[in-house]
Amino acid sequence: MRLSGKAWALIALAVIIALAPLAFPSSFYYRVGALILINGLAVTGLVILFGYAGQISLGHAGFAGIGGYAAALIPIHLGVHPVFGLIAGAILSAGLAFLIGRPVLRLKGYYLAVATLGFGILVYLVLNNEAQLTGGPDGMSVERLGLRALSDALGLGLNTSQVWYWFMGVVLLIGAYLALNLFTSPTGRALRSLHDSEVAAGTLGVDVARYKLTAFVISAVYASLAGSLQALLNGFVTPDVAGFLHSIQWVTMTVLGGAGTVLGAIFGAAVLTALPQALTVFKEYEHMMLGLIMMVVMVFMPAGLFPSLAKLFRRVR
Amino acid sequence: MGLLDVQGLGISFGGIRAVDAVSFAAKPGEIVSVIGPNGAGKTTLFNMISGLYQPTDGRVTLDGEDVTGMAPHRLAARGLSRTFQNLQVYLQMTALENVMAGRHLAEKGSVLADLFNLPDSRRRTAETQEIAHALLARVGLDQIAQMEASALPYGALKRLEIARALAANPRFLLLDEPAAGCNAVETAEIDRLIAEIAGEGVAILLVEHDMKLVMKISSHVVVLDHGVKIAEGPPGKVSQDPRVIEAYLGTQADEAHAVG
Ligand SMILES: Nc1ncnc2c1ncn2[C@@H]1O[C@H](COP(=O)(O)OP(=O)(O)OP(=O)(O)O)[C@@H](O)[C@H]1O
Ligand SMILES: [Mg+2]
Repeated sequence: MRLSGKAWALIALAVIIALAPLAFPSSFYYRVGALILINGLAVTGLVILFGYAGQISLGHAGFAGIGGYAAALIPIHLGVHPVFGLIAGAILSAGLAFLIGRPVLRLKGYYLAVATLGFGILVYLVLNNEAQLTGGPDGMSVERLGLRALSDALGLGLNTSQVWYWFMGVVLLIGAYLALNLFTSPTGRALRSLHDSEVAAGTLGVDVARYKLTAFVISAVYASLAGSLQALLNGFVTPDVAGFLHSIQWVTMTVLGGAGTVLGAIFGAAVLTALPQALTVFKEYEHMMLGLIMMVVMVFMPAGLFPSLAKLFRRVR
Repeated sequence: MGLLDVQGLGISFGGIRAVDAVSFAAKPGEIVSVIGPNGAGKTTLFNMISGLYQPTDGRVTLDGEDVTGMAPHRLAARGLSRTFQNLQVYLQMTALENVMAGRHLAEKGSVLADLFNLPDSRRRTAETQEIAHALLARVGLDQIAQMEASALPYGALKRLEIARALAANPRFLLLDEPAAGCNAVETAEIDRLIAEIAGEGVAILLVEHDMKLVMKISSHVVVLDHGVKIAEGPPGKVSQDPRVIEAYLGTQADEAHAVG
C-alpha cells in the first residue's frame, strides 16, 4: 500500500518526538521539549486558521488564558479533577470564539488583526484586574494533573519532565492527526477555498462567514488546550499566558515555520522555543540575535523555514 | 422549470450608471450571449446576477423565485454557478482539488466527521474525487490532475474553472469570457464543451468577445453598450443591427486611434 502524505507527516512527527530525547544533554531538556510540544499544539490550531482558511488572529493567547485559568480555577471552586478544568476551558473558549467570531470575522486583513488583538488584551486585562478570583498579576498555583503519580503507579520510572514530554508527544500527535484529516476533507477544502478566493468560494456554495467561524472555533480550542496544559505543566499560571507577547510568539512560530503546513508550524514552534535557550550564551545580545534570525529567515525564506528547507532538500536529492 | 429571468436590472457606482434597466431571460438548454464593447457592463451584470453586487433596481428570478441580491452561496444552493473573467482559481490547490472544492454543496457534512476522518467523511471525499476526475477528463485536463493550479498555463486554468463550476452541478451557468486568451484549438474545445453543457439542459449565460464563437453557438444574443441594452435577438438578426455595428465599429475606431 502506498502511504499518503498525511501518513508520512504523522510518522515523521512521531519518529522525531521519539528520537529527540537521544540528543537531550540532561533531563532539563525534557521540560523544554514538553514546552515545544505544547506550543506545537497551539500553532497546529493556528495553521487551521491562517494556513487553511487564510484568516489572521493576533489574540489567540486570549483563549490560552481562558484555558489556563479554567484549569486553575475549576478544580478549586468545583472540587473536580483538573482534567475537567481543561475540558471546561476548551468548551468555554469554543463558546466565546463562536460569539466574538461572528462580528469580528467580518473584518479583513489588518482590521481583523487589530480586532483579535483587542480581544487578547481584553482577556489579559480581565485576568489581571479580577485579582479576587485570579490572584491578579501575581498569578495563582494550579493543581497537578497527576501524570507523575500515574507513571509511578505503572512503574515507568520517569521523572515529571519526562512524563510530561511523552504525554505531550501523544497529545500533539492526536492534534496533528485531526488537523491533517481536516486538510483533505470536505470542510478542509471549503476552508482552503476561502484562503485562495473568497469570491469564488461563495459562488460555489461555501457559506463564507460560517466556515471562517468554524476555523476560528477549532483554533480557539487548540489554543485553550495549550494554555491549560502549560498551566498544568508549570503548576502555576499568570495573566501573561493571555498576553500580547504570547499571541505574537505563536504567530511568529506559525509564520516562521511555514503557515501553510502543520509540520512547518510545529518546526517553527521547536525552533523558536529552543532558540532562546541556545542563545543564552550570547547573554545581553540574546534578543537581538533572535530578532536578527527571524528577519533573515523571513527575507530569504518568505514561505517559511519548513517549506523552504523541504524544497532545498528535494533539489539536493 | 429552470428559468433565469432578469427584469430591469440596474446599478450605479457613485452616480455612474454602470448597468441600466437590462431585461432578458434564459431557458434550460439555451445559450444566451451578452456582448458589448469593453466597459459595457457585462461583468457587472454577471456580478449582480450571481449576488456579488447588490443591484440598485430591478430583479432577478430563478424559477419564479425572487433572488435579487441574495448571497452568492445561497444562489449556488439554488443551482447558479459561474466562472470569472479575471480567473478566481484556487492557486494553492491541485487541479483535482479545485474541481473537488466545486462540489462543496454536495460533499459538505459534519465538521467532526471530517476532523476524525470517519467513514462518512471518507465516503464523501471518495465520491467527490471520482466525479472531479471525470470532470477533469471532460475538459481535457485529466493528465495534470495532481499539478498545483499555480503551475498551470492560462488556457488550462480557464478550462479548470469551467470544470469547477460544473462540479456544483448547476442549472444556471454564467461564463465570463471562457475563451479569452485561449488559442484556436482551446477555443474550439471550449465551444464544443459549452454546447454540450447546454444540451444537458443547463441555462447558460455567456460573455464572449470572440464573435465567431458567439454567432455559432448562441440561441439568443443581448447587446450592451454603456450599460444599456441596445439590441437583442437571434444571432443572425443581431449581427445585422445597425446600432450593434456602430457600437462595435465605434470602439474599433477608437482602439485604432489609440494604437495609431
Ligand atoms: N465595483 C465597481 N466600482 C466602480 N465602478 C465599477 C465597478 N465595477 C464595474 N465598474 C464600472 O462599470 C463599468 C462596466 O464594467 P464591466 O467590467 O462590467 O464591463 P465589461 O462589459 O465586463 O467590460 P470588459 O469587456 O472589458 O470585460 C465600467 O465603467 C467599470 O469601471
Ligand atoms: Mg468583463
